[in-house]
Amino acid sequence: MTHSVLTPDTHASRSASRRHLLQSLQSVDTIQRPAQQPAAVQQDPSAALIRATGMYKSYRKGKLIIPVLKGVDFAIQPGEFVAIVGQSGSGKSTLLHLLGTLDEPDAGEIHFEGNRIDNLPSKAKDVLRNKYFGMIFQFYHLLPELSTLENVLMPSMIGQGVMRYWWNRREHAQRATELLDMVGLGHRLTHKPKELSGGEMQRAAIARALVSGPQMLLADEPTGNLDRQSGTEVMRMLRSLNREQNLTIIMVTHDSTIAGMADRTVRLVEGLVERVG
Amino acid sequence: MFKLILSWRYLRTRYIALASIISVTLGVATLIVVNSVMAGFSQEMHRRLHGILSDLIFESVSLGGLPDAQWHKDEIGKALGDDLVGITATVQVPAMLSFQVRGQWITRQVNLIGIDQETYADVGDFAQYLLHPENRRTLSFLLRENGYDERLPESGWEQRRLRIEYQRAFEDQLRQVETSRRAALGGPSPSEELATMLPPSDPYGSIPTDPYSTTHGQHQKVEQFDEAKEQFTGVILGLMIASVRHRDPDGEVRDYFLCRPGDDVNLTFPTSPPSGHAPSAQSARFTVVDLYESKMSEYDSTFAFVPIEELQRLRGMIDPETGVTSVTSLLIRLRPGANLAEARDRLMDRFPADQYAYRIQTWRDMQGPLLAAVQMETTILNILLFLIIAVAGFGILATFFMIVVEKTRDVGVLKALGAPSSGVMSIFLSYGFSLGTVGSGVGMVLGLLFVHYINEIAAGLEWLTGREVFDPTVYYFQEIPTEIEPLMVVLVLIGATSIAVLASVLPALRAARLHPVEALRYE
Repeated sequence: MTHSVLTPDTHASRSASRRHLLQSLQSVDTIQRPAQQPAAVQQDPSAALIRATGMYKSYRKGKLIIPVLKGVDFAIQPGEFVAIVGQSGSGKSTLLHLLGTLDEPDAGEIHFEGNRIDNLPSKAKDVLRNKYFGMIFQFYHLLPELSTLENVLMPSMIGQGVMRYWWNRREHAQRATELLDMVGLGHRLTHKPKELSGGEMQRAAIARALVSGPQMLLADEPTGNLDRQSGTEVMRMLRSLNREQNLTIIMVTHDSTIAGMADRTVRLVEGLVERVG
Repeated sequence: MFKLILSWRYLRTRYIALASIISVTLGVATLIVVNSVMAGFSQEMHRRLHGILSDLIFESVSLGGLPDAQWHKDEIGKALGDDLVGITATVQVPAMLSFQVRGQWITRQVNLIGIDQETYADVGDFAQYLLHPENRRTLSFLLRENGYDERLPESGWEQRRLRIEYQRAFEDQLRQVETSRRAALGGPSPSEELATMLPPSDPYGSIPTDPYSTTHGQHQKVEQFDEAKEQFTGVILGLMIASVRHRDPDGEVRDYFLCRPGDDVNLTFPTSPPSGHAPSAQSARFTVVDLYESKMSEYDSTFAFVPIEELQRLRGMIDPETGVTSVTSLLIRLRPGANLAEARDRLMDRFPADQYAYRIQTWRDMQGPLLAAVQMETTILNILLFLIIAVAGFGILATFFMIVVEKTRDVGVLKALGAPSSGVMSIFLSYGFSLGTVGSGVGMVLGLLFVHYINEIAAGLEWLTGREVFDPTVYYFQEIPTEIEPLMVVLVLIGATSIAVLASVLPALRAARLHPVEALRYE
């Protein structure tokens, strides 16, 4: 897997260390969740980069329990570009949050590179989100106090201590600048988010998601808040990242045109996988 | 790193935090100013109290004092050993001072102290408070020619001669007027009248008309006391005994002197009678040779100093047969750093209360109530002022809760990017710390500047409001005394910063516990 053109020399060693880390984190897990039988795994499960089996999730509103996911099973192979589609309330974003370890399933398991990750301690999940997953959101969620460059540097700052970050600050800045150049924002390094357009903000968010060299990009309605032209531009960029860098992308969208640009589509209806296209 | 950069950015961009910074700043500045002024007052008071009181005071409770001062000195020397640096004997009695101002008698109740001019300066800073510079160097009970304080340009022998000359000229003039008046009326002149007032001759013829007629030749050689050339025994009066402090029409505080160095005063005090006899009043005339200004009104308005030998002689404290003198108290100076209480206890062991009617105290014991009152005042002020900073802390708490609510989505983003809960908490704790540090730092600078220019600020406030901020006639200080104690400043800074950090703990915990998904969906 050619992970990132920007860090070709370190990728192999990082992959090994990641596996080692995940295995060691897995060993601390003592919570045994009820085993769920996968309803259907569409592709070879053993080769999946990330695999969800028997995912249940419900939310409580006062005394009312609202089920959102009712036993979702699916797997994503390395280098795939998958779109999760469905109506509002079908559980698309919830599924994405569960895959990104931002939330925990009520039942079911999530495996990343063969290791179970849904029951990891919160610190291990923080590491996963920081180093292995990249996330982009519908409303970009750039930090308004920081410049574009600083926003892109944020995952590096989070992932390293003060001294280590300070020691490598030039390398980090160079990488972030290269990424911003790549997304066409090389001239906007010092601009604050409020000085950028919607499309520019989303491109900056993509650069931020890529800065740690993740293995998987989780995109929650990345074009939902953009006009058609900016949306197409962002999709072209995601497509290019997927093809040229073999980056696995899981995208949630309700726009069938946008979903059509992905390799594969997973449709959720009322908390269940209805169809895999 | 992200914690530092975000807390710094929040500090720079959240202007609502400025209100919290200002409240911390004002609290810190006020604490520094109040503590510095209190410390200034306290230190000045300690210096003056200690300056006049020496380290240990060993006094007899009886009017006759303690007999054989030298034996007591020797015993004290043995008890204190190397701690003893200086010792002097004094005689202290209550007395009435009286003097005339433009024909009117003025009386004052004073604490008359007989001092040994050779050793008294060894036990305290008494000499420093005298107005004549020569007396500050070498204490003397002889009147100086002139050169007293600038407030007393007409003092000393110069003034005394002028006064006597004026007095004599005035009396001559009165006599001449009287002579002229009587000549005009045809009566005898005053000298003729005086001649007719000679005592009547002895009806039995055995007593001569003039009892000194047989020794007339010898008496011609006896010189009469000439006030213009001679002085009585010297006395040093407290400045407030001899003056009245008032404000002139220009608003300047001035001392109006009722008597000056060179004037004569009467002192009346009790004698030290032999056992079984009641004390009687003894009066003597003294010449004021200097004034004493410790700026402690308690002392300046009551203390009068005379040579101890003269007071012992006048009070009958010298044994006529043995020549052994009695004193009422011994003032003791210890080496710097000596433990006063421990030295006092040693003396109390040597002179137990059931055998000796002596009172042995340190200078702190003597001024205990006053020092305790000042200490209590300082403590209460500090508590009240720290409450002000605590109020600022609640302001920070409220502000931070607002900021956490405002930043909920950003917290969600940070968690989505892999920030641990402890890291999110650290952002707000660092924010509170930076806020406390900046507020305290600015408060410290403001407080120190205020203390440095406190008298100019007081003058400015007086000019602005037309009301007196610091009345020297009340406090007996010409300027507001201040003393900056570095430890106090450091403690205030640490306290204020800690309050700011503590106030940010709850909002930081709230931020740390935010669920990332809920935070991301927050609108």
